[in-house]
Amino acid sequence: MSTLLKLDHVETFIGQYHILQGVTFEVPKGEVTVLLGRNGAGKTTTLRTIMGLNHASKGSVSFKGEEIKDLPTYTIANKGIGYVPEDQGIFAGLTVEENIKVAIKKENEETHERLDWILNLFPDLKKFWKKPGGLLSGGQKQMLSIARAYVNENELLLIDEPSKGLAPIIVEKVMESIQQMKDKTTIILVEQNFMMASTIGDSFYIIDDGRTVSNGSMNVLREDEEMRRKYLGIA
Amino acid sequence: MDVLINLSLNGLATGMLIFLLAAGLTLIFGLMDVLNFAHGGLFAWGAYSGIWIYTATGSFLVGIIGAILTGMLLGILTERWIIKPVYGNHVQQILITLGLMLVLSEMLKVVWGPNQISASTPSYLSGSWEVGGVIIIKYRVFIIAVGLAVFLAVQYVLKKTKIGLVVRAGVMNKEMVQSLGINIQKVFMLVFMIGAGMAALGGMLLGPYSGVIHADMGMEFAILAFIVVVIGGMGSFSGSVMAAILVGLSGSFMAYYVPDLALAANMLLMAVVLIFRPQGLFGAKG
Repeated sequence: MSTLLKLDHVETFIGQYHILQGVTFEVPKGEVTVLLGRNGAGKTTTLRTIMGLNHASKGSVSFKGEEIKDLPTYTIANKGIGYVPEDQGIFAGLTVEENIKVAIKKENEETHERLDWILNLFPDLKKFWKKPGGLLSGGQKQMLSIARAYVNENELLLIDEPSKGLAPIIVEKVMESIQQMKDKTTIILVEQNFMMASTIGDSFYIIDDGRTVSNGSMNVLREDEEMRRKYLGIA
Repeated sequence: MDVLINLSLNGLATGMLIFLLAAGLTLIFGLMDVLNFAHGGLFAWGAYSGIWIYTATGSFLVGIIGAILTGMLLGILTERWIIKPVYGNHVQQILITLGLMLVLSEMLKVVWGPNQISASTPSYLSGSWEVGGVIIIKYRVFIIAVGLAVFLAVQYVLKKTKIGLVVRAGVMNKEMVQSLGINIQKVFMLVFMIGAGMAALGGMLLGPYSGVIHADMGMEFAILAFIVVVIGGMGSFSGSVMAAILVGLSGSFMAYYVPDLALAANMLLMAVVLIFRPQGLFGAKG
């Protein structure tokens, strides 16, 4: 399977703090790659570095073989990378409809099909179509954020902690949607909820203290209790 | 009754002039997080260039267009060369834009001389109408109409077009807008340019309204515009028009009924609004 995204010894500073100190991983096309690690390990910064929101001072980030490390965020996004940030990034004063509209890069039949598909997956968004994004519940905001990233024909989706702060029943719904998207796009998923991540992910990378320390097939991690305990603090 | 109507028209006209200056200021702050103290300088440059073109060509309309273009051009240059290097640093922004304000004012004196310049009302806008015994000055109505037209046009763009949607989204979350593949820098420049054009238009319209223009007019109106931005809510376009009308009307009525308090009226108004709504009348909390 071809590699869609590759990070090679990426280092990122935020202010004076050396957050990423050597993150290396590859994302095969058509798969769900899960980034795991404890709080503060550098998972979110890794996604932000891919998007160009934090600049990598060293290393390489290549997408479809092209170096994107020094490109501005909007150019990276236009290359076909959608981003669902940890805080969902909803425009609180815009309606659900406007939140989606502002994200649509080119309105065509394909976009409409994708929109219909995602709205069928998240009927709540249809129900609150004219409601301001800021008035949605946490779960609905997460759905809107995912829908916004999905509506364009992005080849890669970066999804940061979609289960964070959500009720278990909503988490199930969100994860189910990611499971269904799996057939249509490549995904990098940052997730604390290992049980959920392990049901969706094909492969994993563990980030610890800003470095990738382990990787492999998700099946391997499911069996390796010692590794889970060591890096994720779970048995 | 005729006093009340005239005071109201006077207040509304002044309010609209302040609005033209404050609207750009509030959008620039909301979207770009930039405190632009040089905005008043663009207002004054609009007045001088517009009146100069109007005098040279004899056409008020050409003067207005010239003023707007001058403002837009100065706006682009200001954003690219002065503001861009200090994005994200409020202290530097205040210092550099205050400095630019002084430079712009002094440059007016260099180009057009230190004395104030008289500005006449075009013949088709001078004079008045008499409606039911009340004298209504045409030029005041013209200013109100232009102000309203600009407000409605900008409101239409903000609410009904994709670029307006991007601007509104950018005011709320710039980072996310970029993550959606939108070049926010281009949007910044566009907003700055339009804001500067509106300020220059305001300056141009003020000329015939007050009869004279002078190099320090920018600073005088910029203070009023900042009060309006704070009262309306920083970043709120609708707030800026409501606050500008409020400031215009309070100034007009106070000057007539309590002249001793006229100068303090706007400050008092701002203080009262801030006590009860620290985020301004239409501003978002936090």
